[in-house]
Amino acid sequence: MLGNLSEKFEGVMRKLSGQATISEGNVRESMDEVREALLEADVHYEVAEAFCETVLTEALGESVLKSVEPGQQMIKIVHDELVKLLGGEEAMDDEGRPIEREPIMYVQPGPTIIMMSGLQGSGKTTTCGKLAGYMKKRGKNVMLAACDLQRPAAVTQLEVLANQVEQEVEGSGKVMFHGEPEKCAEYGQAVGVAVQVANRALESAKLQGADVLILDTAGRLHVNDELMGELRQVSNAVNPHQIYLVIDAMTGQDAVNSAKAFHAQLELDGVVLTKFDSDTRGGAALTVKKIVGEPIKFIGVGEKLDALEEFHASRIASRILGM
Amino acid sequence: LVGKALSAELIREIEKLLIQADVGVKTAIELRKDIQAGWERSEITTGTDAWEFLKSQLIAYFPDEDRQIHFAESGPTVILVAGINGAGKTTSIAKITKSLRDEGKTVLLAACDTFRAAAVEQLEIWSDRLGVEVVKGKQGGDPAAVAFDAADAAVARGVDCLVIDTAGRLHTQEHLMRQLTKIKNVVGKKIPGAPHETILVIDATTGQNGINQAKIFTQASDVSGIFLSKLDGSARGGIVIAIREELNLPVKFIGVGETPDDVQPFDPPSFVEAMFVE
Ligand SMILES: Nc1nc2c(ncn2[C@@H]2O[C@H](COP(=O)(O)OP(=O)(O)OP(=O)(O)O)[C@@H](O)[C@H]2O)c(=O)[nH]1
Ligand SMILES: Nc1nc2c(ncn2[C@@H]2O[C@H](COP(=O)(O)OP(=O)(O)OP(=O)(O)O)[C@@H](O)[C@H]2O)c(=O)[nH]1
Ligand SMILES: [K+]
Ligand SMILES: [Mg+2]
Ligand SMILES: [Mg+2]
Repeated sequence: MLGNLSEKFEGVMRKLSGQATISEGNVRESMDEVREALLEADVHYEVAEAFCETVLTEALGESVLKSVEPGQQMIKIVHDELVKLLGGEEAMDDEGRPIEREPIMYVQPGPTIIMMSGLQGSGKTTTCGKLAGYMKKRGKNVMLAACDLQRPAAVTQLEVLANQVEQEVEGSGKVMFHGEPEKCAEYGQAVGVAVQVANRALESAKLQGADVLILDTAGRLHVNDELMGELRQVSNAVNPHQIYLVIDAMTGQDAVNSAKAFHAQLELDGVVLTKFDSDTRGGAALTVKKIVGEPIKFIGVGEKLDALEEFHASRIASRILGM
Repeated sequence: LVGKALSAELIREIEKLLIQADVGVKTAIELRKDIQAGWERSEITTGTDAWEFLKSQLIAYFPDEDRQIHFAESGPTVILVAGINGAGKTTSIAKITKSLRDEGKTVLLAACDTFRAAAVEQLEIWSDRLGVEVVKGKQGGDPAAVAFDAADAAVARGVDCLVIDTAGRLHTQEHLMRQLTKIKNVVGKKIPGAPHETILVIDATTGQNGINQAKIFTQASDVSGIFLSKLDGSARGGIVIAIREELNLPVKFIGVGETPDDVQPFDPPSFVEAMFVE
């Protein structure tokens, strides 16, 4: 159903191929196709407009007009520009293999504190479990702390995941859990309790020699001042080294608003895009990267605990363009 | 928009608003062309005209008659609830249950998410708070078997409604979509005509992918209506317009918070107004 940019370009270029020269007007016309493809992929309206302006300048400068295959040339410019916006291509070694870069900076002495944040249902709790597995494999001792006291069974959910990682994931690290289920309350009744739980989790993590402490937090709307305030309080109390925003890759045009608000409140250090195993084109990634400015660290590609991958800009760029 | 003379620029502005509300490029362009045509025929001459026209077009997508729940003529009414991961199914079930109870109906719940960590516990907490019972199975067990047992229990206990919670699944996971079809068929065998409603929960923040969700869930389980969740954020939920356009699916409820009281019947005029609030 969703148009494919390469096909669209072929169409435009076929129309043009009958003409002796390709004009600036022709290039402009084909930019409408690019714009449409970006919008269909959920890139934010204004980001798409600005992007097209940049590409247009680039394309006219790069003398697409004189190129033998103007269509291909345009696609390449659009793709490369997208990769740049998404955080750039990874560094390669002499043999053209991507150089492994650790997406997480660990502090010495530990624990490295990581706080998850995001809208309801975006995948925070599941991602906590996946990250614990990722670190266990790398020999880290990890503590998962349940700072969502609101959602029914959120504490149990994280505890089950912690046990599952400890039992099922190979690796020399240990996975621990801190939860205070008796502190759970109905919506609106537990605001602020998360701060105390986070403090006690940090104490416990230090005592038990955890290298990493990962704080799960309740899902919240960026327009809910009370809950956004709570998140800031948790952050002020434990001073996380990394704060991640967890975003559903299927998000549409509103991604810009929520990312802006979370970033303004928390100064995010990175983004995790979840549910990338769907057929979304994931244009929200581009929008969020632009707003937050920090890298997309990981993508979630399934419900299972090992379904976490490091992020590659060029793969996502191709996907946004439907290539 | 209001109070301005219509211009090519203003028409483009309208298209932009529609796209930012997630109605999608195709739907936005169609609506823009309708306005353009009206302008050329001098039927739409001001921003106010355009806005009134747009409003009436959008509201007309959602007639009154298909916003109700269809109840069984006799025996339990079965409501199957499905959707992608984290859309808000379990919470929406708490809301539907609360409103059914408020209408004086007896409700039984079926915990057919046997996969996700603590999914059953989550539904059980809601059932405790709402004072209704849950039929559950083993963690990792066959969800269709749970659905069958629940249908059995619904008939035996003579409840008015059985509401079935299912695991979140992406429409791209064929085996899980087949599993959903199986759940649907199993209850249909036990209770003729069931499920009487299959509600697809769509998160209001969903982008263009929502169309595929609706398409494939409908193929697997004959979706009869949409529960549009999380409309209390800043997302406009315009994807339900594109879904209506492509698949003719009605919206039955909207979710506006995390408690069982945070549900409203879908009201097209206020939905459309809210789509364009700055
Ligand atoms: N397919 C798929 N499902 C995912 C992924 N990440 C999370 N999920 C599922 O998404 C749903 C929501 O995940 P949670 O981890 O509970 O989300 P959350 O952000 O903690 O939710 P709240 O705490 O209620 O705000 C669950 O059904 C998860 O199994 C992913 O990458 N792919
Ligand atoms: N603000 C708001 N939050 C909601 C609404 N509906 C659900 N939520 C929240 O969204 C999150 C996910 O809701 P669930 O009901 O667990 O979603 P689900 O579809 O059952 O999730 P899975 O079973 O994991 O696929 C929870 O934190 C809910 O409290 C709503 O209308 N507004
Ligand atoms: K979501
Ligand atoms: Mg959670
Ligand atoms: Mg659920």
